[in-house]
Amino acid sequence: MANKVAIVGIGQTYHKSNRPDVNMPEMVGEAVRAALEDADMNIKDIEATFHANMETFEGIYMPDHIMAAEMGGFGKPGLKVATGGTSGGSAVCEGFYMVASGLQDVVMVVGYEKQDCGDTTAAITAALVPSWSKGAATGAIGEFAKQALSYMETSGAKEEHAAMVRLKADKGACRNPYAHLKLGLTSIDQVLESGYLVWPLRFLDFCPQSCGACVLILASEEKAKKITKKPVWLADVEVVHQEPFRAGTFGDPTGTETYTQHVACENIYKRNGITNVRRDIDLAEIYEPSNWEEMNLYEHFHFCEKGEGWKLIEKGVTEMDGEFPVNPSGGVIATNPIGATPIIRVAEAALQIRGDAGEHQATRDVKTALASALGGPNWTTLALLKREM
Amino acid sequence: MQTTSEKIEGMDVWLYHGQIYIPNTFSAGATGSRFLTTIRDKAKITGTRCKECNRVYVPARSVCKDCFAQLKEWVEVSDKGTVLSYTIDSEPKPIHPTDAPVIYGIIQLDGADTGFVHMIGGADPEQLRIGMRVQAVFKPKEERIGSVLDIKHFKPL
Ligand SMILES: [Zn+2]
Repeated sequence: MANKVAIVGIGQTYHKSNRPDVNMPEMVGEAVRAALEDADMNIKDIEATFHANMETFEGIYMPDHIMAAEMGGFGKPGLKVATGGTSGGSAVCEGFYMVASGLQDVVMVVGYEKQDCGDTTAAITAALVPSWSKGAATGAIGEFAKQALSYMETSGAKEEHAAMVRLKADKGACRNPYAHLKLGLTSIDQVLESGYLVWPLRFLDFCPQSCGACVLILASEEKAKKITKKPVWLADVEVVHQEPFRAGTFGDPTGTETYTQHVACENIYKRNGITNVRRDIDLAEIYEPSNWEEMNLYEHFHFCEKGEGWKLIEKGVTEMDGEFPVNPSGGVIATNPIGATPIIRVAEAALQIRGDAGEHQATRDVKTALASALGGPNWTTLALLKREM
Repeated sequence: MQTTSEKIEGMDVWLYHGQIYIPNTFSAGATGSRFLTTIRDKAKITGTRCKECNRVYVPARSVCKDCFAQLKEWVEVSDKGTVLSYTIDSEPKPIHPTDAPVIYGIIQLDGADTGFVHMIGGADPEQLRIGMRVQAVFKPKEERIGSVLDIKHFKPL
């Protein structure tokens, strides 16, 4: 049986399109110092660092070669991961494994992306296999456009429902001091009037490219009790891999394929006795680069029956003051510093459990939360967080 | 991208020849930018000092690797230093800043505790040795743009 793992420190930078005032390590250092301050700890207390960044998205290969000092990782053990969109989620899993196994007691999980440096879509395009998909390369946007069309066709969702998801996200982002896009949207027409990025995905249907970093400090039960009065327990994590191409990347119109999301959530639900998701979990922070994908994920994660994701947003179930809030932070559609994004999901879920989310604190009491991530190489990572364990 | 079908060991193999192009803009950041603009404006090489570890970093960096202190104290170091190691690259390559042969050296400037990577110029490859003394040669002011190559090279003393 795994040892208990607590989140004892949370730090993030503010997020925006451009940060020419800092280089990559300096930006990461801001989040590291914020997490240390949150935990009231010294860098000497950190035994190891696990960090996530999608190298080449900044046009720089092996960014870890400039990253030890500002990250506080000099002379310490650690690993770097680059698993696409899930990079930060993979790093959370690594940190969890090390503390749960008892090999380390206090570790730091760091994620960052500085997208003013490179061209993320160009880098994603370079990931495609020349023989099958090079000519069809439209980066992440094209994949999510196909997903949107599939979802529209199979579920019966209307563009209005996607617009409602965007409005919900923007409401959260406007209340979140760290969020990137705060648009102040007031009507679904504003979303429906925005132009097409890649049909049928509209400009306001998709996430921005953000610069930012997010850091978690994880500790064993014994250490956690000394560090904080409000530990949030990282009860469990799950990682599942799948090859994207043959299964259809983000949505199979035939509906016959199994997704990593299905496998991952069924595993974690089973291990933790979760049989009715909306009863047993109070809130979710999911990785939704587009509003359409958010509705799709409601279904994949069994927040509702298949084909009914759009009904959750229509009924207001997933609003900040709803029965089952999803992404009160504003989510990925408002803020996407890729390597940091899954760590922000876990961080935001933890803040909700601590009751420290401020203006975007969910109305209902949050004792248990789920955080997810997805990405191009089709990993799914999940984290289950609890106040009591 | 060029696609060809080639016979390789009796097999008819499809090959896709391409080149990956990724645009890139890197900010030197707050500390790096000050280091570079000081070279551009004053032809002076500076570093940051960690009081705790009594260590001077050149090029200047924002954090001490050993103690995690944020480094705010700037010091000017000498334009003269000692060669810690070097290599000679005789093969011309597009990425080289000058014509081949290029002599790359790690130079510890007087007053610094770290090695600084730059080129050694105006030197006969035969005379190079570890421990030799060198001095920075700055480009004329009107040619300096805020690049580390505003130092043309280090010449033997
Ligand atoms: Zn120091």
